[in-house]
Amino acid sequence: MLSMLPVATEVAPAMAAAGFWQENAWLLVAAPLVSAGILLLLGRSADRWGHWLGLLASTLTFVVGAGILVDLLGSPAGERVREVDLFSWISTSELDLVAGLRLDPLSLTFVLLVTFVGSLIHLYSVAYMENDPARRRFFAYLNLFVASMLLLVLADSYLLLFVGWEGVGLASYLLIGFWNHVPAYATAAKKAFVMNRVADVGMIIALGLMFSTFGGLDFTTVLAGSADASEGKLTAIGLMLLLAACGKSAQFPLQAWLGDAMAGPTPVSALIHAATMVTAGVYLIVRSGPVFDGAPTALLVVAIVGAITLLFGAIVGCAKDDIKKTLAASTMSQIGYMMLAAGLGPIGYAFAIFHLLTHGFFKAGMFLGAGSVMHGMNDQVDMRRFGGLSRYMKITWLTFGAGWLAILGIPPFSGFWSKDKIIESAFVGEGWQPWVFGTVALLGAGITAFYMSRLFFMTFHGKQRWTSEAEGTGPDQHPHESPILMTLPMIVLAVGSVALGGVLAIGDGFVTWLEPVTGHVEHHAPVIPVPVIMAATIVLVLLGAFLAWRQYAASTVPVVAPRGSLLTRAARRDLYQDDVNEGLVMRPGQYLTRSLVFGDATLVDGAFSGLGRTSSGLGRALRGLQNGFVRSYAAMMALGIVVIAVVVLAVQG
Amino acid sequence: MESLVPENLTASFPWLTALVVVAALGAVALWCLPRGARGRVREIALGVSLVNVGLLVGAFTQFDTSKAGVHQLYEQYAWIPQIGTSYAVGVDGLGLALVALGVGLVPIVILAAWREQGDDVERLRHYLALVLLTAAFMTLIFAARDVFLFYVVFEAMLIPIYFMIGAFGGPQRRGAAVKFLLFSLAGGLVMLVAVIALFLQGPGGAEGFLTANLTGLALTTNVERLLFVGFFLAFAIKAPMFPVHTWLPDAAQQAPAGTSTLLVGVLDKVGTFGMLTLCIPLFPSASAWAAPTIVVLAVVSVIYGALLALGQKDLMRLIAYTSVSHFGVMILGIFAFSQTSIAGASFYMLGHGLATGLLFLTAGMVIARHPQRSQRIADFGGLQRTTPIIAGIFLLGGLATLSLPGLAPFVGEIMVLIGAFGAYPAAVIVSAVVVVLAALYILLTYQRMFTGPEQEHLTGLPDMVGREKWVVAPLVAALLVLGFYPRPALDLVEAPADVTVSTIALEGSAS
Repeated sequence: MLSMLPVATEVAPAMAAAGFWQENAWLLVAAPLVSAGILLLLGRSADRWGHWLGLLASTLTFVVGAGILVDLLGSPAGERVREVDLFSWISTSELDLVAGLRLDPLSLTFVLLVTFVGSLIHLYSVAYMENDPARRRFFAYLNLFVASMLLLVLADSYLLLFVGWEGVGLASYLLIGFWNHVPAYATAAKKAFVMNRVADVGMIIALGLMFSTFGGLDFTTVLAGSADASEGKLTAIGLMLLLAACGKSAQFPLQAWLGDAMAGPTPVSALIHAATMVTAGVYLIVRSGPVFDGAPTALLVVAIVGAITLLFGAIVGCAKDDIKKTLAASTMSQIGYMMLAAGLGPIGYAFAIFHLLTHGFFKAGMFLGAGSVMHGMNDQVDMRRFGGLSRYMKITWLTFGAGWLAILGIPPFSGFWSKDKIIESAFVGEGWQPWVFGTVALLGAGITAFYMSRLFFMTFHGKQRWTSEAEGTGPDQHPHESPILMTLPMIVLAVGSVALGGVLAIGDGFVTWLEPVTGHVEHHAPVIPVPVIMAATIVLVLLGAFLAWRQYAASTVPVVAPRGSLLTRAARRDLYQDDVNEGLVMRPGQYLTRSLVFGDATLVDGAFSGLGRTSSGLGRALRGLQNGFVRSYAAMMALGIVVIAVVVLAVQG
Repeated sequence: MESLVPENLTASFPWLTALVVVAALGAVALWCLPRGARGRVREIALGVSLVNVGLLVGAFTQFDTSKAGVHQLYEQYAWIPQIGTSYAVGVDGLGLALVALGVGLVPIVILAAWREQGDDVERLRHYLALVLLTAAFMTLIFAARDVFLFYVVFEAMLIPIYFMIGAFGGPQRRGAAVKFLLFSLAGGLVMLVAVIALFLQGPGGAEGFLTANLTGLALTTNVERLLFVGFFLAFAIKAPMFPVHTWLPDAAQQAPAGTSTLLVGVLDKVGTFGMLTLCIPLFPSASAWAAPTIVVLAVVSVIYGALLALGQKDLMRLIAYTSVSHFGVMILGIFAFSQTSIAGASFYMLGHGLATGLLFLTAGMVIARHPQRSQRIADFGGLQRTTPIIAGIFLLGGLATLSLPGLAPFVGEIMVLIGAFGAYPAAVIVSAVVVVLAALYILLTYQRMFTGPEQEHLTGLPDMVGREKWVVAPLVAALLVLGFYPRPALDLVEAPADVTVSTIALEGSAS
């Protein structure tokens, strides 16, 4: 059931023979899905080995993904976009939709990121969740996530993508609420799902627009058709896709769920809420490149959303004392960078994905590091209660350090290669845009350096501020390094944080690899010379890091947070995002619901039957009727039939 | 106009009649059961319902899916020729799909009622007999090809349902049952007038009530519109649609879970089914005339039902209101007149039946475990720790209800929304908000009942037992299979949707 279809990009139709790996591409989705099903269906009887099955399924997807990658690399660039049809899915006389997978450089990049980092995190979780009685269920959900995420990136139509899109949302819901016996965690899970559903409204409207405009929902039809569609239609589709992306990727104004999502176990935060799922919005935008090419306004809004979010996240990150929430704010901010890059259009698409990839490694590594710290510190997350841990957790300290240098963008660490390119591209263009976007990207780099260094120093350096039983603030702390199953994935990810960016940047290798999807773009000169931008970035980054060092490593960090300035207090409360949502949406919504419930019982219902109930006389009559009611009803029905008979006979007679 | 009424394909064996007769005889047998055999009522009822499942399989083998737009397995006998009525039954793909939904749900409902009346076998005997009688009517109404027959069954099937609510439900069951009957009666009376008036417009004669003979009549605009309204009103009450929906929450609150499953999952589909098989084919230009108004009411139902669900304190009422919302989606799909949206609405009828059934039945299991059999959401909490399997299945039913991709209702809902977009973009945009509201009403309920710490008064409750697993397993399987591979069901409903669209299109080009 394999067939090659013409693709929507400028690349010629691929006609290469389907290889062994490509024929088994369906395993990428099926293997983790089946494993999840087995783990859930077998229940407790699979408790002893369930996590190994989960790890096996995840590893298998990596092997298949790597096989396909080798396959694609062995073909000329023109034959690297392939479609694998699976089965006829939804078809009517108007819509013919085949469920199929699209294997191309973009989807394969994601497949390898998800399966490689995913498998490492499965391995880490074997140890991290060892003492949790529901570890098997945890692995079932992780597998469900991997299957959904791979479906999301491999789908060859927007509708099938939406299935994966909701699947990862479900997995995210289940995993955020994994410990939902804690009421706050249950609320966090629901919040994430509901906010994502707000974004899904955008997706559904986009699907409706696409179907009515192009008559199809597969990438080939939509992306090829975009060349001829009106700008108005494309702008509408683009904005709706952006709305969808904002939910999944926690971009402004739908960012409020991500911080709370840290309620999930830390491996989940690393995999889903840092490395992979939250970047799906960026994938959606880049995948829909041809739509945005015809909709410059929509593209501009993407860039604006990215710029706002990158500052928003960075500011919030400076004020958080919870190590995971700081990392979450940082994720939001870094995805803002990716969004900004995607919003720059074809010159930014490849860099958005490049940064997504390097970020996936260094951020996942740092989250696992945070998990390792929590593991050794009785699940403490307050950084004001850390300090001086570098001596007790050498591996965690070193691997975290690699991630820290990578996100700061210090050459030659991974982040430098991808983030610098985004800052540079942001300065490309005409009018006010390069100046605004470029400045925001540049400033963001400095703030990132500050808050990430703050996190690093507060946790690993300075004085020990651990809790003790005598203090009454928690158990005595005896920090220790984590077991090998946890440190091994951290080490591998640290290697990626150090070298991945540099390796992929050799000869523009990664950008060229993506060209069959993102198109080839000539180099554009930024409004400021490149060396100046680079120098300014380095200076700002060093300045940010220095300020953090002075305040959090060189001087004493108070164990109770000082009151702080107005901005600090606002940032601690996530710039009042929850208050705004509550005031603008939740309160009015609750009021509306309550009034409607009242109205339904009195007005609507009253108009029909309440009349009988309020008038006591009729009520009594009704009660009297009740016993013989059915008999009367049957009589009435018989009467009806008699009436029909009489009328008919009269007419015919 | 002749081409609009495709030839019926006559049955070689009366499959449909057999389905009706077996169920009806099963009901009679239960009522007449000799005292000595009464300990076996459950097994007998289940056996009868399983025989029907077998007959259904037989009917499927004789149904030609490639001609799903034509009424097949057709049987016709003169009934009371003096007044023009025939016993005419036959199904197109949609009819067969709904017959299958009904026949498939009956054994599940019987299994769910196994312990419902405790050791009171006498009460259970009556209940199960009513279930079987309802089963007979359900098949008959989806198969009726004679308007008089349809009307009689439409009215007669209220009686077993009335007793299933009024004699076996909660504390206010009587009032709820009476309300149900009053609403239905009002709809029925209007329809009665319309049925008579329609006949008078038709060719008359011994077969004057055959649906085929009443299709494509040359009606004056006003007559057609009045007749349309007469039928539509009855179906809107049944569906139920805003603002004539208020009987449903009361009925669902009081009725046993199995009754609600049949009532909401199958019987209410008579409303949307009637719109598709009577309103539109018989009165195509009036349907086109009324469509914009109906679309508005449908969108109101979608949002209103969801908001009302959000505000409910009683679990069963909440599920009932979600259905008001979902029926709005179906009606939107039907009256958007796009092939995709109509096929989607038809598919959604099935998906909704499965999802709501699963939700009602699992809710029933939860309620049965509460020490006071409370239905109040606030009286539960932390059940995921106590009864993890029930919690998981309830969540799955909820996710199906909120149309999560991968589960059957999604396919129908998304087809309705994208199919209707071309004709009614604003309606779709407003309706799309329901995905947020649905997530809220399901997940808030799940959060309140199943998450949080274990509650003291609920500790030690037993998790799902073997029989209950058999209740939910077929529903879960069907939701997943049709969610990922909707082809088999779409094959049934697409051709009838094509017929409906061409009816409207032909009318449009004629006028």
